[in-house]
Amino acid sequence: MTVLFGQLFTGISIGAVLLLIAIGLALTFGQMNVINMAHGEFIMAGAYTTYVLQQSITGAGLSLVVALPVAFVVAGTMGVLLEVLLIRRLYARPLDTLLVTWGVSLMLQQLARDVFGSPNVQTRAPELLTGNVALPGGLTIANNRLFILALALAAVAALTLALRLTPLGRRIRAVVQNRDLAAVSGIATSRVDRTTFFLGSGLAGLAGVALTLLGPIGPTMGTNLIIDAFLVVVVGGIGQLKGSVIVAFALGVLQATGEYLTTLSVAKVIVFVAIVAFLQWRPQGLFTLRTRSLA
Amino acid sequence: MSLFRGRRILAGAMTLVAAAAMTACGSKTTDEASATGVTADVSGDTVKVGLLNSLSGTMAISEVTVRDSIMLAVEEINAAGGVLGKKIQPVGEDGASDWPTFAEKAEKLISEDRVAAVFGCWTSASRKAVKPVFEKNKALLFYPVQYEGLEQSPYIFYTGATTNQQIVPGLDYLKSQGAKSVYLVGSDYVFPRTANKIIKAYATANGMAVLGEDYAPLGSTEFGTIVNKVKSSGADAVFNTLNGDSNVAFFKEYKPAGLTAASMPVVSVSIAEEEVKSIGTQYLEGQLTAWNYYQTTPGAANSKFVAAYKAKYGADKPTSDPMEAAYVGVHLWKAMVEKAGAFDVEKVRSASDGITFDAPEGLVTVDGKTQHIAKTARIGKIGADGLITEVWNSGKPVAPDPYLKTYPWASGLS
Repeated sequence: MTVLFGQLFTGISIGAVLLLIAIGLALTFGQMNVINMAHGEFIMAGAYTTYVLQQSITGAGLSLVVALPVAFVVAGTMGVLLEVLLIRRLYARPLDTLLVTWGVSLMLQQLARDVFGSPNVQTRAPELLTGNVALPGGLTIANNRLFILALALAAVAALTLALRLTPLGRRIRAVVQNRDLAAVSGIATSRVDRTTFFLGSGLAGLAGVALTLLGPIGPTMGTNLIIDAFLVVVVGGIGQLKGSVIVAFALGVLQATGEYLTTLSVAKVIVFVAIVAFLQWRPQGLFTLRTRSLA
Repeated sequence: MSLFRGRRILAGAMTLVAAAAMTACGSKTTDEASATGVTADVSGDTVKVGLLNSLSGTMAISEVTVRDSIMLAVEEINAAGGVLGKKIQPVGEDGASDWPTFAEKAEKLISEDRVAAVFGCWTSASRKAVKPVFEKNKALLFYPVQYEGLEQSPYIFYTGATTNQQIVPGLDYLKSQGAKSVYLVGSDYVFPRTANKIIKAYATANGMAVLGEDYAPLGSTEFGTIVNKVKSSGADAVFNTLNGDSNVAFFKEYKPAGLTAASMPVVSVSIAEEEVKSIGTQYLEGQLTAWNYYQTTPGAANSKFVAAYKAKYGADKPTSDPMEAAYVGVHLWKAMVEKAGAFDVEKVRSASDGITFDAPEGLVTVDGKTQHIAKTARIGKIGADGLITEVWNSGKPVAPDPYLKTYPWASGLS
């Protein structure tokens, strides 16, 4: 029972990490259809931001709290720069976008290596987040995992509300559903694109801050995450947030269960096989966006 | 643009990423062997030596410090007049935490730079990758890291511990502390798998139960399930053979799960002072390590080594066992060359037996037959200050026994 609960929670926490790294991508890839291979490097930027802040702010708790908004802005700004300088010029050429952003990803990795050195670096976690919540029956829930879960859910909630309720959200949805009609209706689509990219990249920065609680910070950390993030968005269905949320947790639990019954490497294989099988059955992903657009 | 078009392109992109990852793993065939081997170029007033360490990738956290201490030894020797009157000229290469790259760079150092000896490698996977290169060219490698034993190449000197100088004493210590069961956690490559085979044989012979065995791919940072399994096993102790950054993720999972050094101690064989610093003492305090050297090891030779290292690289830089073994390796090579009176590999090898050096870890002696060195085993406890203090030692240097021939329980292993 303890094991079962522990594994369920492990699965949910793996899902929370997947969700955090995929939610920004669900915006830029899912909503705008831009394949941004440098998304992982925005996660890395968020993680290094935490590291840099901790050099000047000594309290681990305070620096983590400060790092969240700062990393959001740092990664978001990098995203806007990428959008304005490169991606905007390549909107009709997805293959070029892919290659260019991959090139940018390699450049950012090298930049990180030059600035911070190639060995990975670490941050100190606040003492509170190294403890756990004890439940009756000998069950424990690690505080850092709880924090990441809360952060992921808060990010999803905030993003959903923003897309549903704010004027900006309405404009983003209008552009996603029919760019031309949105443009002739007086929406400045390029400004909307820029804002969407800022939000999506900023969310990657948040994910970076959260990941410092789990592992090392290094130049290649983003590369290791980008495939998982794309998988979540593709399986969840492009253009939908709820698909990504469900798929992130489902994959997390599947990974944890597979790993418990077999080994870590075999579990990865199980997850990939499950994804391939699922996409054969439902190539459009879990949910599809129905529009009247001709494109 | 249609959604499906984007998907197809994404699929292409993922294939591209996967292909890039595969090429990194693909092995590169080395040039055809020269039967005689390449002779080192010692014609000038300098002698070249190769330094082969990972300066990038997942192993860089550990291997950069080894490179630094090899450089310190080279400078010390040069300041004292060099080897046989020749100054050492180091040629550095980056193995990039990638085993085929190690083999490629080893070939380059031997054939193009024509070095007299190479110092480096950390993981056993990298050593296994370069071993045929050194044997084919009849060139010398000084390997500075504790490893899984069961190996004895005529062209490698092993200056780190073999299993009977580190893992076996670690198990003996756990047994003496009353541990009746262990859980094995390791990275998925040759060292942890072989080490765990040895540990299981030891456990069977000593009435210790092995409650589980889990491997994570090198560089893996997701340890939720493994820690959960460890916790629910209720083992008395964990024997940790993880390597590199995975240790960071493992301990960041271990402590928040409510496991402590008091309730379930972890004995690690790849965490030295440098790794302690980067994992953070907040996660490690009180945990155990098995090595042959700590920065706190007493003795004049060590005080001198620590002071020289800190003077060169910064007061906040700790010294560790593999660094010390690498440093010792350079000095032992010098002593062998001087005893042989030549840089010739075969002459150096036959001169090696019985060479001693007053090392920071204490007196070490080269065993010419196995090309390993006799060293004292030391179990240490990680303190709040990030240093490791000794809690037990073997009292005298332990003779190397890479094939564990003197241990009856190990008869089925090699």
